[in-house]
Amino acid sequence: MKKFEVQNVKDTRSGFGAGLSELGKTNPNVVALCADLTGSLKMDAFQKEHPERFFQVGIAEANMIGLAAGLAIGDKIPFTGTFANFSTGRVYDQIRQSVAYSNKNVKICASHAGVTLGEDGATHQILEDIGLMKMLPNMTVINPCDYNQTKAATIAIADHEGPVYLRFGRPAVPNFTSATDKFEIGKALMLNEGSDVTIFATGHLVWQAIEAGHILAEKGINVELINIHTIKPLDAQAILNSVRKTRAVVTAEEHQMNGGLGDSICQLLARELPTPVEMVAVNDSFGQSGTPDELMKEYGLDATNIVAAVERVMKRK
Amino acid sequence: MTDIRTLEQTATQVRRDILRMVHGAKSGHPGGSLGCADFLTALYFKVLNHNPKFNMNGKNEDVFFLSNGHISPLFYSVLARSGYFPVEELKTFRKLHSRLQGHPATAEHLPGVRIASGSLGQGVSVAAGAALSKKLNDDKNLVYVLMGDGELQEGQNWEAFMFAAHHKVDNLIVTVDYNGQQIDGSTMEVLGLGADIEAKLKAFGWEILHMDGHNMQNIIDTMAKAKTMTGNGKPIFIIMKTEMGQPIDFMVGSHKWHGIAPSDSDLEKALAQLPSTLADY
Repeated sequence: MKKFEVQNVKDTRSGFGAGLSELGKTNPNVVALCADLTGSLKMDAFQKEHPERFFQVGIAEANMIGLAAGLAIGDKIPFTGTFANFSTGRVYDQIRQSVAYSNKNVKICASHAGVTLGEDGATHQILEDIGLMKMLPNMTVINPCDYNQTKAATIAIADHEGPVYLRFGRPAVPNFTSATDKFEIGKALMLNEGSDVTIFATGHLVWQAIEAGHILAEKGINVELINIHTIKPLDAQAILNSVRKTRAVVTAEEHQMNGGLGDSICQLLARELPTPVEMVAVNDSFGQSGTPDELMKEYGLDATNIVAAVERVMKRK
Repeated sequence: MTDIRTLEQTATQVRRDILRMVHGAKSGHPGGSLGCADFLTALYFKVLNHNPKFNMNGKNEDVFFLSNGHISPLFYSVLARSGYFPVEELKTFRKLHSRLQGHPATAEHLPGVRIASGSLGQGVSVAAGAALSKKLNDDKNLVYVLMGDGELQEGQNWEAFMFAAHHKVDNLIVTVDYNGQQIDGSTMEVLGLGADIEAKLKAFGWEILHMDGHNMQNIIDTMAKAKTMTGNGKPIFIIMKTEMGQPIDFMVGSHKWHGIAPSDSDLEKALAQLPSTLADY
């Protein structure tokens, strides 16, 4: 199992803030809107550098989505920012009609996704957002894994014409991808080549999967690890190529099992290449208050659970 | 004045289109469409600086958004009669593979439509965003919205009203179709908007005008006045009194014709009250 050097430990939302600030300097059409969470979303740099292109909308997310659609009509590239819960579930119909169906070039940027939001509890810990967004025609869904990748994804989506949902999080996590990697929407990233099992991971679970890979290597299991940062469109070719080799799959994500990355991969494999799959995800439950690490453990989302899932799926080969 | 007379004749033809489209589709929303026919005709044939060679971004022209998308027959007729697409296409309204969807949409690329609408309460937000883009683009043209009065029950409107006043979106003119009717009955019975919409919008920081939606001269004058009030730090809200179903004697003023199609004999009776002025499609 390949070793990954941790450059530092940083929150993915700061990667978003840094990417947005850079876009402000390079792309005059980029505008930003925020629903009273500028600090939490790390949008303060953009706000300070480009006050004429930043719109504070207050605690009014439905209006924010409509405003963004209207700005996109006028050839602006709007980035909306709030928590993932208020970016999706709260404004689903606004996104559906004014953004997705109308195919507007709006970037819905969502922080504090999943249980790692922590102590605020289940009211704020959305675990259904990937499912909600991936069901919408025209929508691209991206969930990067660390600071560098989130920054690169933020910059990349400005050049993609069409609605995008960009999901990231609150806690500081290992930053291990290269700061110079170009982000390619829809391209699965091979992190480690192996032959016994493929782990497909997204977001915060990519690092957990790396740790699991090392534990499994010690047990003599040779893991192929692929980072699926783009859940839609799914890189079907890369997934099928890997599974043809390993014939066993574990998916890992900080999301409900229903509607997440694992769900998309299972659909693909059921159609193209029926294969045993184990899913590391939240099993039809809401979260609760706690620290991010406690919650990852409580809901079965850490490296230990990925190791166990690999051992289960190996027996089903 | 001939100009007014021509506009009135156009509105009469638009009403014939509306009734024939809804009858042809055996579904749709004739009541509000008929009620707003004078206004939307005036807007597209007199008020707006617009280009029927449609550009989605609406740069260097006025932009209109229909928030109460269910009055799509009116929107489509006015767009076709203004030259956005062939008038013959009106016969495809609500049919399979038509660009004239039940509610306005962009997926089929119908010229003149910039956003889908129909799920209510979203148009003012979109229009405020478009108005912001005009300011950023240094485009002095205006953004117009038409919305329903029952639609004011949607909370998102009030978010948008608050935003537009706070951010001084003063290149935005919203007209509400104040006909007092919605699907289940009068707006007062269903969910009272309060006796004084003017006071509500004033309290939200908007400039208010009143308009008679069935008096062409009054529509032209009020819209001209609204235009002079733009650029002064406040968005503008026009309370337009109309009658649902105007002027068909058996439809006027009743919510019953909000969302049903006329039968063959209903259509015949209604068209008899609307002498054809331009050719039917």
